[in-house]
Amino acid sequence: MIETLLQGLLLGGLYCLFALGQSLMFGVMRLTNTAQGDFIILAAFTAIAGLSVLATLGVPRSMATPLWLALPLLPLAFGFGYALQRFVLNGTLGRDPLPSLVVTFGLAIVIQNLLLELFSADPRSIPTGGLNIQSLALPGGLAIGVLPLLIFGVALAATASLQWLFTRTALGRAFRAVSDDREIAELMGLDSNRIYALATAIAFVLIALAGVLQGMRTTVSPSDGPLLLLFAFEAVIIGGMGSFWGTLVGALLLGLTQQIGFRLDPGWGLWAGHIVFLIVLVLRPQGLFPKTRG
Amino acid sequence: MAELLRTTALTAHYGDAQALFGIDFEVGEGEVVAVIGANGAGKSTFMKALTGLVRSKPAQIHFKGEPIGALPPGEIVRRGIALVPEGRRLFASLSVEENLLMGGFARRAGPWHVQRLFELFPILEQKRREPATALSGGQQQMVAIGRALMSNPTLLLCDELSLGLAPIVIKEIYDALPRICSEGMTVVIVEQDVAMAQQVSRRLYCFQEGRVSLHGESAQLQRTQISQAYFGV
Repeated sequence: MIETLLQGLLLGGLYCLFALGQSLMFGVMRLTNTAQGDFIILAAFTAIAGLSVLATLGVPRSMATPLWLALPLLPLAFGFGYALQRFVLNGTLGRDPLPSLVVTFGLAIVIQNLLLELFSADPRSIPTGGLNIQSLALPGGLAIGVLPLLIFGVALAATASLQWLFTRTALGRAFRAVSDDREIAELMGLDSNRIYALATAIAFVLIALAGVLQGMRTTVSPSDGPLLLLFAFEAVIIGGMGSFWGTLVGALLLGLTQQIGFRLDPGWGLWAGHIVFLIVLVLRPQGLFPKTRG
Repeated sequence: MAELLRTTALTAHYGDAQALFGIDFEVGEGEVVAVIGANGAGKSTFMKALTGLVRSKPAQIHFKGEPIGALPPGEIVRRGIALVPEGRRLFASLSVEENLLMGGFARRAGPWHVQRLFELFPILEQKRREPATALSGGQQQMVAIGRALMSNPTLLLCDELSLGLAPIVIKEIYDALPRICSEGMTVVIVEQDVAMAQQVSRRLYCFQEGRVSLHGESAQLQRTQISQAYFGV
């Protein structure tokens, strides 16, 4: 049972990374990115393609690792997120959430078909050099995977960093101000379109991280996005919209319940997570640790 | 007294609905000018037009001799106009101090900074870490005034400072006005309390249905004149 709980927590760490970008974008802009999961898969395939290109160019295997690839990939994701928000999504923001939902839903379809066309439907993974099969021995005959532990550490660090950014920095103040009252924030001299673009840029760095780690942990295929989106949604809603620590708790709870479900019956894992999500939605629709209004 | 702000035949619209119908208005440097009028007279729309929240034509508003009518709010605050908005509209997720710091985002050189504001409103220093919206109405109004002052404006626009506040709190707020003006600040006050508006201002404009129905020296205007211009009867 302890092993199941440990596995659940580690899985929750990955779900947290899926969900943090969503939590950030919703917290700042009230924008629900329905292409979140597909962007994660796009990031994974970008990493896979990047490693293939490096191998083709004859770059030594020691250099063609996901870690090295992350150096150009994360700034690329930042720039992509910034441009996407500035030139596409800002135009959809307003009192009506429907335009942004429709646009991101459209983007999801485009990404899925683009990946299908470029990479086929075959599942692929990012080579890890054996990292995904390494484990640490724990007392009591337990073992814990090094890669899941690394992912969990990244999730904790990302959550703490976002919380610090939001509460302790001038940029975080600006994020909260435009989220509270865009008109008055502009009256203070803030360019809300730029602030929104920066929030999405940071969200896309998290998306890229999640994509690379997902590709390292398991296989990815072009049609995986909607399921990842569902996990991200569930984690954000269980934790409370716009709360980063809440998102982490929501993700851990989701991972735990799924693992317990899997232990009871291999077919029950996902269902157990959905049921916990529905229970929270019914009993506490604002989530466990809500930070946002309305 | 040198002219600081002038509007010429200023119009403003919300979609198809016109809210202002040719407002001619001017403020000299260092003046305190009051704008009065009933609900729906266009006072707040006028404030929004001056700060770029409601767009107008470039030549309809001149500030320091330059047309600013079509500029965005951020550019207008950088040029030296700050607004204390109606209803205060503090940032709910920010503390008192963070609200003040946000006001200094487009900060110009000048005398106002956080510590100076704590001297103006000492209660805010005690409450600096508290959420701004957890304060009483009067204290929130102090934060809103402080937030506007943080940009070190040349022209401070105050929209309905006394709205929803107890008389003793209103007095406390208005008592701070001479200290603000002593820094050479020009102030335009939108106020529904006519007596207060007359008391604190040198000149007064009365708006009615989006038009100026009366203007003149505050001390010279008679109550009957004001009532007629205010209510249109």
